[in-house]
Amino acid sequence: MDLVTLTIDGQKVTGPKGKSVLEAALDAGIYIPNLCHDPDLKPFGACRLCVVEIEGMRGLPASCTVTATDGLTVRTDGPKVHQVQKVAVELLLADHPMECLTCAASGNCGLLRVASHVGIDHIRLKKTQRDYPIDDSNPFFYRDLAKCVLCARCVRACQEVVGVGAIDFAHRGYQRKVATFGDRPLAESRCESCGECVVRCPVGALVPKRRAKPSREVKTVCAYCGVGCGMYLGVRGNTVVSVRGDRQSPVNHGLLCVKGRFGNDFINHPDRLTTPLVRKDGELRPATWDEALDVVASRLKEYPGDASAAIASAKAPNEDNYVIQKFARAVMGTNNVDHCARL
Amino acid sequence: MAGLATSFGSGAMTNSIAEIGDAACVLAIGTNTTEAHPIIGHQVKRAVRQGAKLIVINPRWIDLCRFATVWLRQQPGTDVVLLGAIMRVILEEGLADRAFLDERCEDFEAFQRSLGAFDLDTAEKVTGVPREKVREAARLYAGTRPASILYAMGITQSSHGTDNVFALANLAMLTGNIGKPSSGVNPLRGHNNVQGSCDMGCLPNVYTGYQAVVDPAVKAKFETAWGVALKDKPGLTLTEIFSAAHRGDIKAIYLVGENPVLSDPDASHVREALERVEFLVVQDIFLTETARLADVVLPAASFAERDGTFTNTERRVQRLRKAVEPPGQARPDWWTTCAIAKKMGAKGFDFKEASEIMSEIARVTPSYGGVSFDRLDNGGIQWPCPAYDHPGTPILHQGRFTRGKGRFTPLTYRAFLEQPSPQFPLLLTTGRVLYHFHTGTLTRKVEGLEKLRSEELVEMNPADAANLAIKDGDLVEVASVRGSVRARARVTDHSPEGLVAMTFHFAESATNLLTNPALDPIAKIPELKVCAVRVGKKP
Ligand code: SF4
Ligand code: SF4
Ligand code: SF4
Repeated sequence: MDLVTLTIDGQKVTGPKGKSVLEAALDAGIYIPNLCHDPDLKPFGACRLCVVEIEGMRGLPASCTVTATDGLTVRTDGPKVHQVQKVAVELLLADHPMECLTCAASGNCGLLRVASHVGIDHIRLKKTQRDYPIDDSNPFFYRDLAKCVLCARCVRACQEVVGVGAIDFAHRGYQRKVATFGDRPLAESRCESCGECVVRCPVGALVPKRRAKPSREVKTVCAYCGVGCGMYLGVRGNTVVSVRGDRQSPVNHGLLCVKGRFGNDFINHPDRLTTPLVRKDGELRPATWDEALDVVASRLKEYPGDASAAIASAKAPNEDNYVIQKFARAVMGTNNVDHCARL
Repeated sequence: MAGLATSFGSGAMTNSIAEIGDAACVLAIGTNTTEAHPIIGHQVKRAVRQGAKLIVINPRWIDLCRFATVWLRQQPGTDVVLLGAIMRVILEEGLADRAFLDERCEDFEAFQRSLGAFDLDTAEKVTGVPREKVREAARLYAGTRPASILYAMGITQSSHGTDNVFALANLAMLTGNIGKPSSGVNPLRGHNNVQGSCDMGCLPNVYTGYQAVVDPAVKAKFETAWGVALKDKPGLTLTEIFSAAHRGDIKAIYLVGENPVLSDPDASHVREALERVEFLVVQDIFLTETARLADVVLPAASFAERDGTFTNTERRVQRLRKAVEPPGQARPDWWTTCAIAKKMGAKGFDFKEASEIMSEIARVTPSYGGVSFDRLDNGGIQWPCPAYDHPGTPILHQGRFTRGKGRFTPLTYRAFLEQPSPQFPLLLTTGRVLYHFHTGTLTRKVEGLEKLRSEELVEMNPADAANLAIKDGDLVEVASVRGSVRARARVTDHSPEGLVAMTFHFAESATNLLTNPALDPIAKIPELKVCAVRVGKKP
């Protein structure tokens, strides 16, 4: 891998060639305020928060749009940088509903982080309020555009990563907003409910309807299709409350589709089978494991060899499938074992 | 699988998912990738964004057509003719990779002779695809390398699925698109662990890792490993099992985690078969339509409640981790099977954890020889992985095919077994939608997914709808020789004239009451994709 070395605030920083100054700084643990940056998306340069001074360059370039090259000398802090950042943040805050304590993005909000880094103690501008109804038409997340900071991460993710293009900017100036075609509710657009926009929104403008935060996360694999996306299940108590794509996975690099991200409610479904059932007098009745296993073992013994068959599952893990075919072959004495892959 | 294994020596995806985005050309045939494998769909779109050519071959309009350089809309079931014609153009225009053919492949001449039947006139007539498009596809695929072929059930779920796969394998070999990054022939598996269940020997003719039950050395090896005498005669396939049960030859069935009463072609036949067996045990997480027929139902743990591994479509063995406790007394399937085995007095089922089972798998399976839970924490391992220090194999057939030389197979075109007739004038094809999975056992329990799509829709062309005086949203009855179901009509030009499309996610409109259990003679896959039907409005 080709490397480049540049100087940021007096520190030598080395990173892979081709990254932006912003990414080089963030990778090196140097925070530069930003809202529209996303590692999966092309640089956009809209929020003007990541401005820096670069020796030999005029003005204050946005660090996300400058490629890191050898020998670059960058200053991330200084009166001019601070002034631009301060104005940018104040403009955003003047128009932002200050519902921070009850907002779903709380604890995770890009705007709060930027504001506290830049150091805004009061807002000198007149407070305004955009009046947009909340779009709750999608079953899995809300769109509350009054909180939108127009970073375009959602629009770009939907376009660049998902390739769907359900949303785009509409109108200009103060009226500018993210909208579907014809400004219809999301559910009536071509949106596929993948949630890639939701995970990228830096504020509370796109938030999951289910708000419970997990107390721990477990790395696992999606159980739906043959892609096998890596994911983290978020658990609270004994309940799965959230799902997050695994960015380290070589399969999906953090992306998920609607089933993987939002389709796991069956785990906690009240119809789950919780006890063995044995048919008595024509009806399936609850039984203990011991009773059920006795019935199965004694009845299966009546049909040794090719009078029996085992049907395994293309949904079950390898270990289970191994044991099932071993059981059919070694215990029942038959090669009559198959699964539904042919279908 | 049978087709690819014959041509290359391995039936699995030759390359890896992440490579698709770097292909210069992608040929997607019989796969509605963005609906059935959305994350692979993203890779295809990534390739297109980077300038790749995309060839889509599908009778129906699918989302990928938006990104396609060329879309070939063939008559259902005529894939072999279309691919044959494409290969003929490649040869005639000197676009084949001669060096690759000479060095790496065999049986080319017989294959080349078989192409005699697939001239452009015939192809145009049979497939309905204009010859210019056939030529364009041939030039794009052969002239833009590396090219990656993706296919799914549109190719395999057919009574001539094996012929289709032979044709694709031939096409890739003809252009040297094998054994290189971002090339290959890539079957996209439906279920999360189809690949794994095959790898694990849940097939009537092979043990784990495709070791044949008829091979005396293999039999001896497993007899030693398991300490029992084993049979060297292959067993029955799924469809044959149901027929045997129907006849009364099979009297007991142990069925784990499947719902064939909905998923199987000719579902009423399957229901009868399962009703006839003297003893049926079903293990599942819900009381499915199939479980309701059982004598004993055993509650299973879901994927979130257990440890184990899945093998994805690119042969990657990945670790599944227990996140929560199973509800009530539900147990992992392996625990239950072992408990039954032990009750029956069998030895060799004393596993305490899933990882111990994987150790045994690795001992008896050369391609999994180096797989072990402690190696799977970061991204898994792609088989073949013969030894503990082996890194795994992202790309198959590099330098050498698994079977030695790549084998060309002569092509034959077999028309559909069930052609439209005056009584059943339309063809029905089955597919999937993004929001649901298979028979809906899981997804239909998710309220939000139900909200996005809660019922079956019969998609039909406006011209067909007009002929039958059917309007969008009308309740219709779809009937085949085997049965009939009701659903609402969706009138759309996504379906060409003469073809209607349904899914099989919805129990209340069980599409598989209609479909055809006729089998591919080699792979024994039923003709799930196409059957002849009649559609009529219901008052
Ligand atoms: S959920 Fe997915 S498809 Fe829908 S708008 Fe967001 S990114 Fe686009
Ligand atoms: S909705 Fe969120 S992600 Fe989209 S532009 Fe607004 S703030 Fe950015
Ligand atoms: S997240 Fe979607 S694409 Fe990925 S494995 Fe799950 S169902 Fe398949």
